[in-house]
Amino acid sequence: MNEAESSSNPTGDPDAAITIDNLGKRYTIGHRRANGDGLRHALESAVRSPLRWVRSARQRKQQDTEFWALRNVSFQIRQGEVVGIIGRNGAGKSTLLRILSRITCPTEGRVRICGRIASLLEVGTGFHQELTGRENIFLNGAILGMTRAEIIRKFDEIVAFSEIEEFIDTPVKRYSSGMYVRLAFAVAAHLEPEILIVDEVLAVGDATFQKKCLGKMGTFAQSGKTVLFVSHNMEAVRSLCQRGVWLKNGRLQQDGDANDVIDAYFDSLSTDLSSSCANPDYGLAIQKVTLKNQRGEETGQFCPGDDLVVEVAYNAQRRIERPLLALGVLGVNGTCFTSNMLLDGQRPESLEGTGKITCTFRSIPLLPQSYTVKLMLRAATINDIIITYREVAYFNVAGDLADYGYKGEFVTWASRSAPVVVPYEWRLPDGTVVDVALKRLAP
Amino acid sequence: MTELLIEAGRTERQYWMDLWRYRELFYFLAWRDMLVRYKQTFVGVGWSLIRPLLTMAVLTVVFGKLGKMPSGGVPYPLLVFCGMLPWQFFSTAMAESGNSLVMNSNLISKVYFPRLAITFSSVSVSFVDFLISAVFLVPLMVWYRYVPPATVFFLPVFVMLVFGASLGVGLWVSALMVEYRDFRFIVPFMVQFGLYLSPVGFQSSVVPQRFRLFYALNPMVGIIDGFRWSLLGGESQIYWPGVAIAVLDVIILFISGIWYFRKTEQTFADVI
Repeated sequence: MNEAESSSNPTGDPDAAITIDNLGKRYTIGHRRANGDGLRHALESAVRSPLRWVRSARQRKQQDTEFWALRNVSFQIRQGEVVGIIGRNGAGKSTLLRILSRITCPTEGRVRICGRIASLLEVGTGFHQELTGRENIFLNGAILGMTRAEIIRKFDEIVAFSEIEEFIDTPVKRYSSGMYVRLAFAVAAHLEPEILIVDEVLAVGDATFQKKCLGKMGTFAQSGKTVLFVSHNMEAVRSLCQRGVWLKNGRLQQDGDANDVIDAYFDSLSTDLSSSCANPDYGLAIQKVTLKNQRGEETGQFCPGDDLVVEVAYNAQRRIERPLLALGVLGVNGTCFTSNMLLDGQRPESLEGTGKITCTFRSIPLLPQSYTVKLMLRAATINDIIITYREVAYFNVAGDLADYGYKGEFVTWASRSAPVVVPYEWRLPDGTVVDVALKRLAP
Repeated sequence: MTELLIEAGRTERQYWMDLWRYRELFYFLAWRDMLVRYKQTFVGVGWSLIRPLLTMAVLTVVFGKLGKMPSGGVPYPLLVFCGMLPWQFFSTAMAESGNSLVMNSNLISKVYFPRLAITFSSVSVSFVDFLISAVFLVPLMVWYRYVPPATVFFLPVFVMLVFGASLGVGLWVSALMVEYRDFRFIVPFMVQFGLYLSPVGFQSSVVPQRFRLFYALNPMVGIIDGFRWSLLGGESQIYWPGVAIAVLDVIILFISGIWYFRKTEQTFADVI
């Protein structure tokens, strides 16, 4: 270890919990790696003469698309820091965490970690459906790095935390999803690492559970442990983390105070637009797309039933006559709803200079999931597309469905359900009539 | 405070230490596989006995009664059963460990631990099955009034040999399966052909003398010979050069298996 100590810590900070030095990870997106013909190719190249093999190795380099998921990333995390890692999908956040938790190896660079590390990349990893709750506590504990003695010592605490005492000897396949998640989180919450890595655990489960997770992470951070937190939920990052690290296209974009980094990140979403969401042929650029709620606050976080205000700021250097704008809100499974001038015919007479078009979607009937806003602009002659349908903004819907009168045993499945809820009414055989809508109940 | 260094292009020095640190995980994985193996089955662990018994019956009829193969004075079912034991261990270990990494892909892509623990524990589960089946040897010997010779004390050597062979092949197959799912089809073939290519239903002495050295390249030949020699006796039955080749085979399989596994292990999470 001597060699490591002398060279891997450039600033020599003795408090460093994690030192990341010029880290890079390359993936090869090979066409040859298509399913099924792996072995055939391997055998083929082995059978061919060595000369050809060498040549084919060189060809392979050209054929395959190399892609750096992470490159030249260096930063240091001191002990006791709570760091939020932010960035768009595919920015390299998950790759970084996978390297830190040793699931995958870096292609270049090095990382030095001081202290016991535990990662919650997914709650309930390694749960086996056929095993009982008790058995799964032991198995999952061992997988997460606890020793047998440690699990035995904490067993009662874990069971109490999960609130499933009566079902502890029932196979988990008979659990409701709520019970399942509670048990899984209970095990994870009783790890005692010095460094905790959390990735999107908060994306699963209902709001109550999310609160519980955040609470646990808060106490963990307060007790002076180091936490690395990856999330799309900027509000959670703001409230939990002092420091933000923003990754963009696999590189370190900004590192500093969490609030500053998040603000810069939000700004960039719009500056990114003006450079790419423009059409010089028409002299038009979409400068900024802003999302606001009914109180006029700029945000990326909505509750079911909130108004979603989409403000499109444009700059038209030349006059554009009677253009057609379409906005779409997309969930993970596709488009949820749109506002489309092609259909409603409510088009502006012209666009000239700078200005805004605002569209308010009233009381969005969306379940807690993450969403994308897309935009398209067509010229008066509808065959000419000025700006093709593309992503311009992102937002999350979060909230405790219990506040909306939802009381299903499987309410956590809302994160995977079709996202739009049109108000409906149940009429049951016994004559009960129930109205259901994503409208917040009066407290 | 523990310190950990992750670096590109170099296998971690801590690997073997980690393997020791994670020994409990190995134990838990094996325990899980054993618990799950016979859950929701009616006969349960009885399958560990029924499988070799039925195979024994069929092979006895086919090779002993119909094929009229020589048995060297040993009751034919006993002869077959002593060959069945190591073969069944080897073949289940190969089949089970082959799938082990792919079956646990959710673990591999989500948490770190030495992946050897998965393959190792799946071979161990087959080993427990082997031990359960072996118990049946006692009533079988009593039934045929057959007293095992003093050579029975050499049995552990051959048990170790078959364990080494199973682990070596298991490491190869499981690591290859991660990248080449072709082995999902190859392994059942190997198991099927292996039963007839190895002297399970017959004695290896029926193979013409000039082919014997070549035949012994299959490590199971030396191992099955060894099992029969130590359990049933009969100096003439065993072909020592064959046993020597088997030992060499197992060493090569084992070392190369670990080498290949370690070589590919770093990319498991990327390709699985």
